[in-house]
Amino acid sequence: MVERKRELAISLGLSNDEYERILSILQREPTEAEIAVFAAMWNEHVSYKSSRVYLKEFPTKTKDVLVGPGENAGVVSVGNGYALAFKIESHNHPSFIEPFQGAATGVGGILRDIFTMGARPFAVMDSLWFGSLKHPRTQYIAGGVVSGIAFYGNCMGVPTVGGETNYDEAYDHNCLVNVFAIGIVREDKIFFGKASGNGNKVVYVGSTTGRDGIQGAIMASQTFGDEAGQKRPTVQVGDPFTEKVLMEACLEVMAEGLVLGIQDMGAAGLTCSTVEMASRGGHGIRVDLDLVPLRAKGMSAPEILLSESQERMLLVARPEDCDRVLEVFRKWDINANIIGEVTDTNRVEMYFGGQKVVDCPVSALTDDAPLYKRPFEKPAYLEETQKMPRVVVEEDIQSAFLRLIDDFAFRSKRPIYEQYDHMVQIRTVIPPEKGDSAVMRLIEVPPKGVAMTLDGNGAKTYLNPRSGGFNVVAEALLNLACVGARCVGITDCLNFGSPENKEVMWQFREAVLGIAEACRAFGVPVTGGNVSFYNETNGRPIFPTPVIGAVGIVEDCSKCVGIGFVDEGDEVLLLGNVEGEMDGSLFIRRCVGILKGNPKCVDVLLHKRMIDFLCDSIEKGRIKSAHDISDGGLLFTLAECMIASEKGLGVRCRVGIEKDKVLETLFGEGRSRVVVSVPRGSGHRFLEDARKSGIPARIIGEVCRDALRIEDVGLCVPIKTLLAFHEKPLPGI
Amino acid sequence: MRFSIVVFPGSNCDRDCAHVLESVLKQDVSFVFHKEKRLPATDCVILPGGFSYGDYLRSGAIARFSPIMEDVVRFGKSGGLVLGICNGFQIMLEASLLPGAMRINKNGRFICRDVFIKVENPDTPFTYLCRLEGKEVLKIPIAHREGNYFAPPDVLEDMKKHGQIIFRYCDRHGTVTEESNPNGSLEGIAGISNKEKNCLGMMPHPERASESLLGSEDGALLFRSLIAYLSGRRL
Repeated sequence: MVERKRELAISLGLSNDEYERILSILQREPTEAEIAVFAAMWNEHVSYKSSRVYLKEFPTKTKDVLVGPGENAGVVSVGNGYALAFKIESHNHPSFIEPFQGAATGVGGILRDIFTMGARPFAVMDSLWFGSLKHPRTQYIAGGVVSGIAFYGNCMGVPTVGGETNYDEAYDHNCLVNVFAIGIVREDKIFFGKASGNGNKVVYVGSTTGRDGIQGAIMASQTFGDEAGQKRPTVQVGDPFTEKVLMEACLEVMAEGLVLGIQDMGAAGLTCSTVEMASRGGHGIRVDLDLVPLRAKGMSAPEILLSESQERMLLVARPEDCDRVLEVFRKWDINANIIGEVTDTNRVEMYFGGQKVVDCPVSALTDDAPLYKRPFEKPAYLEETQKMPRVVVEEDIQSAFLRLIDDFAFRSKRPIYEQYDHMVQIRTVIPPEKGDSAVMRLIEVPPKGVAMTLDGNGAKTYLNPRSGGFNVVAEALLNLACVGARCVGITDCLNFGSPENKEVMWQFREAVLGIAEACRAFGVPVTGGNVSFYNETNGRPIFPTPVIGAVGIVEDCSKCVGIGFVDEGDEVLLLGNVEGEMDGSLFIRRCVGILKGNPKCVDVLLHKRMIDFLCDSIEKGRIKSAHDISDGGLLFTLAECMIASEKGLGVRCRVGIEKDKVLETLFGEGRSRVVVSVPRGSGHRFLEDARKSGIPARIIGEVCRDALRIEDVGLCVPIKTLLAFHEKPLPGI
Repeated sequence: MRFSIVVFPGSNCDRDCAHVLESVLKQDVSFVFHKEKRLPATDCVILPGGFSYGDYLRSGAIARFSPIMEDVVRFGKSGGLVLGICNGFQIMLEASLLPGAMRINKNGRFICRDVFIKVENPDTPFTYLCRLEGKEVLKIPIAHREGNYFAPPDVLEDMKKHGQIIFRYCDRHGTVTEESNPNGSLEGIAGISNKEKNCLGMMPHPERASESLLGSEDGALLFRSLIAYLSGRRL
């Protein structure tokens, strides 16, 4: 009997030591339901047991942060009594197993996190990392993920307005699907996931509970072998229509002041929501599992506790308000059942079939959860990869460039974003591919707007996790500044291999420290996020891929600028360093075919000046377009400015390239470099302003008709050629 | 003027329409929940875009059985102004306020993009300012998966005879071409009316093109037409 329970615990992902820990906490044998509850609460995905010691490094407070990490989403004030709730989450494992539903429910989950805070979601963005085209599964995964996001987001009436899509063999066996969502809420109407007030009722609302997604969080805390396909039953099935109606009903009971606490049932379902609410509220909770509406017959207590059926919420209301709560949900034809109450016992008590099946202190599941400081070790591969060879190319610059833009990175993501309703809610001021960040107006507090970007760079983080973490924050902030926005907070999604692998743990630690350093250097808080470990298959981890979602505010969103050139004759300037970095660049990966180098952290002082200068200049209307130089380098960036131009304009440049620095100037990346265009005749005055602000700058050319010309190297590529590469299809989409 | 916007479960452009009518055009707006049986006193009913009932079964197929629809149909059949946008258009087809049916887009996918539409008939309450202001081509976005309009040949002929084809997809110069048809719709049809011209269904979203900040104000022209018409200016 004893051994059978131990086996059950281990089959649910608990270790032997963890099972011993349960025995010592309870001072008795756990019931099967209790094992389910412990397994759900102590798995990596829910407990953050391997990452928590490092996540403490993040700065989380500024005067604008109203809610920091630990709640369903972070909340930052935008002034005038309003605030933004935002968060990013991963749905990597389910999306690899079943791309359509995995991605769809990823959208559903993050949207619940937002409206749980009382906020109405108004935008979604996705960071997608697929395998290489050579891998047979890539097209299936990419196509399924994109349709899944469209299926869910479109029906919810929340626009999907941006993100990034990458293809690399490092993600052949583990795709990444990171979903970011943001909503707006009145500062005095923010809700929390807490259960308090002895005798208050616990109300279950939304879909019925079924056998889908059982152990989903546990699955997400394991690596894959060859049998990933067999894990399909652990993936949930999404019903966006139900969630849309559920959202309207929840926002309505919140607006009426009937809700004391609310939490969605996401990972680890009913277990996690009850325990976390009790823990945050400093109370106990008693639930009668027989009152949970079920969609399958004969479900056991552990099944009900571990089900991850979607579109379910738990809320706490005063007994006298319950009739009205149930009435609102009836109006929207949504299930609502009182299933328990808040107690003053500080215990989680669950009944099933007249028996008490769970009885343990709340703290045992949360505060006493295991906390690991896993061993880490600098990976051996770095010795080899960090030696940057001197890069020489045999071919001429023009043909090298044409090979470079044959990469997926240059291709239009239009086949993706046209499947997403990116305009509903009539807020989208800068739509996908038109700016370095998406910009949404805030109808509630005009003319303010919010800019948002998602950034990650797996390859560079692989080469140097510390600078990788640092620079991905720096790049996100620069992307915000290029539309004219100043960052008010970031949310991070940390995608890594197994934390039980020492080298992965080292990558994780370094990347987190890099992100934390950058946040402190730039004065930006982390308001929440998500860690996704175990992105590895047969012992091969993905590139360490921290993805940063950054949110910025603009005082007047009609002043925001895009990346596209605007008028013929406008002057084009290069701000910041002339040469970029070749280490880990797209050029050496695609044109030289190596992944080498040791990328450095950006210069904080210059980067800060650049951000301030861009925001000021855009606010004053001095800049007509701005685009930071990232993947692909200067030529690539200029080509993108042309493609995004409404009038189909080109650019004629004389950059003034130093001898021996041709590649670094044209293909080097990062190092706080930005291409801007300014009205004809204002170039010199602008140059002076930039230099006065301590920013190196030079006029490199002017906007012209129909071609990309770099006179220094005799390069001339007609816009038609660029468009032909840009419009090549994306695999699987 | 008094506008009533019907809210079905899954409507998601209801608030957008209200914003344009209330904040931009300064009109009175009331939301009418689909479970109501009677419309309030109103000058125009709007059936907004969205995914009523999740578009399960077929777009608009379930929404037409909502309690409010009986009164909406009565209102439309007795000459009241009804504007159906996207999902609202699909509901009007299902409720037989308009002829024809929708199929899934030719490419099988949801499509969200700016398109140009040609005003084929400016003699309706919804479009008459287009002639007065010299706007024959409008830039308005679409966002749908089922916008591939179809009607049998005899019905189509009858519609043409009565000037019921109001909008066609076209290029930026107003030429109706195969390439400018985003979804495979019959003869590039983007919007139609009933014979009396008081009920209009269209796939493009005029509420998304009613403020310069969003890139086009052409959609507002249709709402302004309605308002001007209702204020008594003659056709």
